[in-house]
Amino acid sequence: MNPVYYLYLAALLFTIGAAGVLIRRNAIVVFMCIELMLNACNLAFVTFSRMHGNLDGQIIAFFTMVVAAAEVVVGLAIIVTIFRTRHTASVDDASLMKL
Amino acid sequence: MENLIALLVAAPLVGAALLLCGGKRLDRAGHWIGTLLAVASFAVAAVLFADMLGKSAGDRALHQHLFSWIPVGGFRADLAFQLDQLSMTFVLLITGVGSLIHIYSIGYMEHDERRRRFFGYLNLFLAAMLLLVLADNYLLLYVGWEGVGLASYLLIGFWQHKPSAATAAKKAFLVNRVGDVGLSIAIMLMFTTFGTFAFGPVLAATGDTGEGKLTAIGLMLLLAACGKSAQVPLQSWLGDAMEGPTPVSALIHAATMVTAGVYLITRSGAIFNAAPDAQMAVVVVGAVTLLFGAIVGCAKDDIKKALAGSTMSQIGYMILAAGLGPIGYAFAIMHLVTHGFFKAGLFLGAGSVMHGMNDEVDMRRYGGLRRYMPVTFITFGLGYLAIIGFPGLSGFFSKDKIIEAAFAKGGTEGWILGGAALLGAAITAFYMTRVMLMTFFGEKRWDPQEVHPHESPKTMTIPMIVLAVGSVFAGGLFSINDAFVSWLEPVTSFEHGHSPLSATATTTATIVVLLVGAGLAWLMYGRKPVPAVAPRGSLLTRAARRDLLQDDFNHVVLVRGGEHLTRTLVYLDHSLVDGAVNGTAATMGGLSGRLRQLQSGFVRSYAVQMLGGAAVLVAATLLMRGV
Amino acid sequence: MNSLAAAASTGEAVQFWILGTVAVTGALCTILMKRAVHSALSLAGTMIVLAVFYLANGAYFLGVVQVVVYTGAIMMLFLFVVMLVGVTAADSLKETLKGQRWLAAGLGIGFGILLIAGIGNASLKEFNGLGEANAGGNVQGLAALIFTKYVFAFEITGALLITAAVGAMVLTHRERTERPASQREQSQARVRAGKQVPPLPAPGVYARHNAVDIPGLLPDGSPSELTVNPTLRGRGQIRDVSGEALAELKALEQRSTEWLGRETEPKPPAAQSPTPAEPKEEASK
Repeated sequence: MNPVYYLYLAALLFTIGAAGVLIRRNAIVVFMCIELMLNACNLAFVTFSRMHGNLDGQIIAFFTMVVAAAEVVVGLAIIVTIFRTRHTASVDDASLMKL
Repeated sequence: MENLIALLVAAPLVGAALLLCGGKRLDRAGHWIGTLLAVASFAVAAVLFADMLGKSAGDRALHQHLFSWIPVGGFRADLAFQLDQLSMTFVLLITGVGSLIHIYSIGYMEHDERRRRFFGYLNLFLAAMLLLVLADNYLLLYVGWEGVGLASYLLIGFWQHKPSAATAAKKAFLVNRVGDVGLSIAIMLMFTTFGTFAFGPVLAATGDTGEGKLTAIGLMLLLAACGKSAQVPLQSWLGDAMEGPTPVSALIHAATMVTAGVYLITRSGAIFNAAPDAQMAVVVVGAVTLLFGAIVGCAKDDIKKALAGSTMSQIGYMILAAGLGPIGYAFAIMHLVTHGFFKAGLFLGAGSVMHGMNDEVDMRRYGGLRRYMPVTFITFGLGYLAIIGFPGLSGFFSKDKIIEAAFAKGGTEGWILGGAALLGAAITAFYMTRVMLMTFFGEKRWDPQEVHPHESPKTMTIPMIVLAVGSVFAGGLFSINDAFVSWLEPVTSFEHGHSPLSATATTTATIVVLLVGAGLAWLMYGRKPVPAVAPRGSLLTRAARRDLLQDDFNHVVLVRGGEHLTRTLVYLDHSLVDGAVNGTAATMGGLSGRLRQLQSGFVRSYAVQMLGGAAVLVAATLLMRGV
Repeated sequence: MNSLAAAASTGEAVQFWILGTVAVTGALCTILMKRAVHSALSLAGTMIVLAVFYLANGAYFLGVVQVVVYTGAIMMLFLFVVMLVGVTAADSLKETLKGQRWLAAGLGIGFGILLIAGIGNASLKEFNGLGEANAGGNVQGLAALIFTKYVFAFEITGALLITAAVGAMVLTHRERTERPASQREQSQARVRAGKQVPPLPAPGVYARHNAVDIPGLLPDGSPSELTVNPTLRGRGQIRDVSGEALAELKALEQRSTEWLGRETEPKPPAAQSPTPAEPKEEASK
């Protein structure tokens, strides 16, 4: 088996994640979909690392994880704050910044 | 001696300031202050004149530099005066005739409650005119030029409660502005061409300058002269200017204002000498105006307007002479001076008649007044004889010389110009005789119950007498040994014209046409009674009564044309400019409205757009790689 | 697992196909499940599968980190917030934005095709394998890179993490700017507002049921919403105590009475006491 299949899997997962972001209205689920996309990217990086025979790809994946962790913390805090004031976690309801 | 020059201008200027700012305290003494300062200015002029006569012809010119007016970098305009023979002539005329008119006004304006203000304006008029003729550069001349325009506006509209007077003042001002634009353009051209506008350097440098530029400057100067001197095509204000008090008319027509154009052209003689095309234009304007004014003068029943037509015509003579170059400058100025005497006399006489006739101006309601106003009759009669060029009187000498010079122009032009001048002389004799006959001879056409003609007070008659004396003797005095010509020669230069007709033949022809014109007038107005109501008259008469349709022409061509132009521009502005602007705005607004739909506020819509963008990027990358 | 050479072994292929299917199924469940909790659990499954793939690709450290940090910490954080926030019923999957679903589907498929086409287009035939790079140990190799080549990125990421932690605290922290209302003030406000002056009614308490998730019944037998906790209401976890259930109970009692041969008449008042309203209710039904 050619490891390039991992890349196809990564692309598939990424696309599913993107579709989820577009379809779901619950902010938390949207966030999960974003995590899914990030993970798909990580899989691709790890595969690239194996392809090139060095560890740089893994390092990038590592940093992605750290940044994702930071992002999740802030994002969830924002969701909690919005829920507190608006009593909803739907992204469609937070649509006041329009003309 | 040169330190006295500033005093010439300062005296009337102080008078104007005093009278206009002094308030009611000066009401009782105001006219005396104004007259005194005008006379003082004349006295200074006389002293300077005596001093000038004592010097040799070469170094008679005086200069007085007061201060640097506008020093900016290389540009320099000085407040400086120049008093040479030409300026001296004007100064004497302005202050002399001006003073007489001041004295006359004391009587004429006796019952006007705004007399103090009137004298203030008169002084301002004198000051501006003196500044104009004394300036040693064109910029300072322009100041005086505008001052004259302002003063004339104030004086013509002095009886501002009359709408006609206010309108006339506005008209005079507006028409003058057209000329003023010409002068300002001429000054700018001078500055770009010569780098200066002092008389000395400018006039000395004409030899080394291209004829095209000089022609342009000359034409602009001519436009300015047309505005101030009421020459065709800017003549229309002069007739309406009769709305002002009669002394003002006398001042405008005799001593100041209309003479400014002649002065400007004579002063700028060097420019015109070097630009024959501009000179030709001057001659044409002069010839056309002298006939135009004369024809208008024949048809008017208003005594002042008849005289106004006569002024236009006489100034046309002067402009014609000035356009002839060195053979004519001196005669133009000589005619200007003699005209100053007899036209002032005529206007003051007309004012005297009106004064005695309850301000009636229609000559058809005069008649047989010689018995009631003997002094006015005699002085007016002498002025009349002078203006038609009766042999021996002032007008004869000066006008005869101009006709001779016109013939001396040479060739076909000479014959045409000379013929026009002769014809003008005939018409002058006709309309002046008409005025004389309708006013002082014939039966009474006024109602003795309502009108009580009487002689005017001494303050009015004495100036008339003085002016009549000038009218009789000035021309003869100037012509002894060509005194006037040799007096002016250092400034204007002089050449003897070679006329195809001998001097005697010209003189004879002049006298013949004079007799023909006067005889014709006697046949029409002296032999048979003058109808109290004007007959319908021929087409030409009716046109001449309407100033040869000058106002209709202006209205149709300028006003209507301007209105149409403005309307077209407004329409274009609304449809094209505004249309483009508003159209752009509307298009952008519509587009924005459409684009706004994209910004729904829904995060997921934005996510779709982002993903779409990403897809496009990926596709583009793949395509680029593929290619 | 020395199969880190260029080509993958058959074992790895089998593993890939089985676990890959699981991963895709998990991802699809994540975006299709109605309840956020289920989505989170599906995602956790996908992540664990990914962790296995990391290990298979020679990224041992990342595999462990994926399990510990992602699945263990981040996903639990998600679940925590879901419990805190997203307890309101199931997410409606009905689309509200016009055309959004079609756009999403079209774009998703198009994008996927583009990505896959890109990968297929690239020449990825040669795999070097990580045998050499992992020779001194995967963790040691990563450490050597992080603290030399990527040391600045590492430091900055640390700063980012700190900032994120502080930011999250700032965002969720609520500063009380006024004195909390006292009991007296609260009761006064209640009276002034004119709604529900006395304490809320208690949940239903029956002989058979004594739980907070059962609503009390109104005199007409209908359940009262007020008597249960709004959170339970929101989750839809209220037990149904409708008229039919009561009727069933009644029928059961009737049958047992008949079977026991007891008479209905001398029913002791004690047995009747909990259901005085029942006959009425039945009548009303």
